[in-house]
Amino acid sequence: MARIQIITIIISLLFLLYISRLIIKGKLREEYSIVWCVCTLILVIFSFWRSGLEVMSKLFGVYEAPNLVFTACIFVILIYLLHLSIVASKLHKQNKQMAQDIALLKEKVYSEDKQIEN
Amino acid sequence: MPKQLLIIIPCYNEQASLPALLANVGSLQIPGYELTPLVVNDCSTDNTYAVAKQHGAKVLDLPINLGIGGAVQSGLLYAGQYHFDFAVQMDGDGQHPPKELIKLLAHNEATGANLVIGSRFIEKEGFQSSFTRRLGIGYFYWLTRILTGVHVFDSTSGFRLFDKKAIELATGYYPDEYPEPESLVHFSKAGLRISETPVIMAGRMGGQSSIRNFASLYYCIKVTLAMLFSAIRKTQ
Repeated sequence: MARIQIITIIISLLFLLYISRLIIKGKLREEYSIVWCVCTLILVIFSFWRSGLEVMSKLFGVYEAPNLVFTACIFVILIYLLHLSIVASKLHKQNKQMAQDIALLKEKVYSEDKQIEN
Repeated sequence: MPKQLLIIIPCYNEQASLPALLANVGSLQIPGYELTPLVVNDCSTDNTYAVAKQHGAKVLDLPINLGIGGAVQSGLLYAGQYHFDFAVQMDGDGQHPPKELIKLLAHNEATGANLVIGSRFIEKEGFQSSFTRRLGIGYFYWLTRILTGVHVFDSTSGFRLFDKKAIELATGYYPDEYPEPESLVHFSKAGLRISETPVIMAGRMGGQSSIRNFASLYYCIKVTLAMLFSAIRKTQ
């Protein structure tokens, strides 16, 4: 096994460990961790299977194997960014509704307190 | 029984102009209507909240800054919750003189429109804004006309009267940022009748406009996109 393989395998496994730790500590929700786990697994697989990249490139008809890596990575990153924008929009909407509810409740409590005082 | 009218005053750092405005609103008497001023404090960094309370207005105090649309919608939610017959948006900077409200109500009585917009441009009286702003407003006139078929000269005017039906619709959806032109598309798609009546607006008493030079290009693009998407969106 080549030195680079060992390095990538160790780094990938450390990364996986870190993600698990984040989930266990409740800092990362499971639904957002899936994509990270899958990415790390792919890295581990290709670290063990050295000729895998060549095989995949031939399968997709890509002449230069590294180009496949870049294309796939950029595609996945773009999709994931879109997903994050959707999550942010959802949070924005929920945040707004919550703020409005709080404001309405605050006003209600205030006017009821005032009625009791009088 | 008098009709209940909620005056929604969205405020962001308007402590300077608010006392005069609230005094104006307080002294206003419209036969057949009972007026309730409601200040919506959009997380101001000055004393807007305390000033409004001092002057005896009801205040919705938003814990985070939602932007003009979110603030107005909060007021409309209040109007819906307490079954008001009408709600009117009146900007906190004193641009919309309270006595002009009578014209909006009279126009509603005459036409029965669900949304009455106070316009600066039908008759050229009072405060008129700069050339570039008028250019933009001309552009939005055409865009609104193409998308909704309604003639609205002052589609960015925030001085507007909502009836019960419009309040109910806006509590479900009202855009956050620069809501005025987009909401017209939303309202007209839902089958509400929109009508415009001339009013006289004042210059600002204090504070700054939310639309300034650098932001105006962004404004045009954002609002155009929002209107186009609103036009193809299915109404819930």
